[in-house]
Amino acid sequence: MTVSIVDYGLGNLGSVSNMLRRIGAEVRTVDTPEGVLESDRVLLPGIGAFDEGMRRLHDKDLVDPLREFAASGRPLFGICLGMQLLLDSSEEGEARGLGLIPGGSARFDDSSGIRVPHMGWSSADPTREDALVAGLPEDRRFYFVHSYRVIPDDAAAILATTDYGVEFASMVRSGSVMGAQFHPEKSHTFGMTIMRNFAQL
Amino acid sequence: MSHFPRVIPVLLVSDGYLVKPVKFRGDKYIGDPINAVRIFNEKQVDELVICDIDATTKGSGVNYTLLEEIASEAFMPVGYGGGVTDAEQARRITGIGIEKVILNTVAFDRPEAVREISSALGSSSTVVSVDAKRRFTGGWDAYVARGSRKTGLSPSEAAARAQQLGAGEVLVSSIDRESTFEGYDTRLISSVAEAVSVPVIALGGASAFADFAPALDAGASAVAAGSMFVLNGKHRAVLISYPSPADVRSLADR
Repeated sequence: MTVSIVDYGLGNLGSVSNMLRRIGAEVRTVDTPEGVLESDRVLLPGIGAFDEGMRRLHDKDLVDPLREFAASGRPLFGICLGMQLLLDSSEEGEARGLGLIPGGSARFDDSSGIRVPHMGWSSADPTREDALVAGLPEDRRFYFVHSYRVIPDDAAAILATTDYGVEFASMVRSGSVMGAQFHPEKSHTFGMTIMRNFAQL
Repeated sequence: MSHFPRVIPVLLVSDGYLVKPVKFRGDKYIGDPINAVRIFNEKQVDELVICDIDATTKGSGVNYTLLEEIASEAFMPVGYGGGVTDAEQARRITGIGIEKVILNTVAFDRPEAVREISSALGSSSTVVSVDAKRRFTGGWDAYVARGSRKTGLSPSEAAARAQQLGAGEVLVSSIDRESTFEGYDTRLISSVAEAVSVPVIALGGASAFADFAPALDAGASAVAAGSMFVLNGKHRAVLISYPSPADVRSLADR
C-alpha cells in the first residue's frame, strides 16, 4: 500500500500523511513529473483557490504527468480543491482544470439563506456500490469546508451526494479518477475507511 | 438537510501546558494538551480549537512543535489561535496539518493581515475571533489582546469588517461569561450572526448540553466550550467529556 501525495504547496500534507500512516500505508511525497509517473496511486490534496491550484501544478510541470498517470488507469484521488481540479473549470477562476472528468465547479447560492462556506459535518450518500465507499456505516459523517461544488456533465460520474440547501456531488468517480469534496483525513473513522479503501485499490 | 451543527471543545495552552483561565484571568494548570487531544480524538469530536494565550500577550510566538504533535493525533479539523501575525506563519501552521488559523489582536491592529492570510490560505481557513465584553450602557465592546484592550468597535461591526477582509468564519466569545457556566449570551450571538453571512461559532458560558440549542437558534453555526468539556463538578476537577455522537446529531433536528 504505497500512496504518493502530490506536494504543490496547497493542501494539508501533514494531515493526509498522518492518517495514511495510521492505516499502515507507505507514504511518499511527490513534486516532480517522474515522481508522479512512477507512483502506484496518487492523492491530490488541496485547500485554496482554483486558479492558484492550477498555477502551482503548472509551475511544477505536473499537469501533463497527472493526465498521463490518470490515462494509465492507476488510481488518482483528489480531495477538496484537489477534486475540483480534476474537472474542466470553475466559476472561481479562469484557469483550465485537469479535464479528467467533464464538468466544472459552481459557487453555492447563499441567497437562499444558507451560510457559505459550507463548513462542518454532513452525511454523504453513495449513489452506487463502489470499492471506494465500501464498509461505511449508516451514521457516517464527513468534514466539509468549501464554497464551490462540482457539477459533472455526466451524472454517472457522481459517486455520492450531500444535501446543503441543494443536493450536490460530494464524491465523484470515473474509472480510476475519483474525488471527495470533504476531507477524509479529518473525518475520524469514516474518513479512515475511505482512505483505506483508496490505499487498497 | 444532512448538515450537523458543530460542537467544539476549546483548549487553552500556556507555556505548552493546558490551562483553564476564568473570565480571561487566572490560569489554572490542568494537564498535557496532547493527552487531551488524544482523548477528544477518541471521542470523535467535531472539531477542536487550540488557543495559545501567551503567544501574543507574552510575545512567545507560535509553538510549532506543539502544533505538530497535536496535528498527528487529531483526525478532525483543528483551529489554532495565538500569535499569528502574517501569511508566512499561517501557511506554516496549515502545512503542519492544522486546518484553520484564528486571528484576534492582529485583525484589529493590522487589518490587512486578515486579507493576506485569507488570500494565502483561503477564506475558510481564516477565522477572526471577536471577544466581547458587555457595556454598562448596553450592548458590547469588541476587545483584543485577551480582553485587555478595546477596539472601539461593537462585536457586530468587528465581525462584519472581518468578513469583508476575507474571514470565512467568526468566533464570538463572551468575556463576561467565560467559565461562568451561565449559558451563552444569545443576544450577543444574534447580533453577530445577523451582521455576517459566514458561519459563527459561539463561545462562553456553556454548562450543559441543553445550552447548545439556544445558541444555535440565535444564529450560531457551531457551539464551542472550554470548561464544560474539561472540568467537572463544583471543585472543577479535570474530567474530559463530550456529548455522544447521537446527541450531537440530534442538534440538527431540534
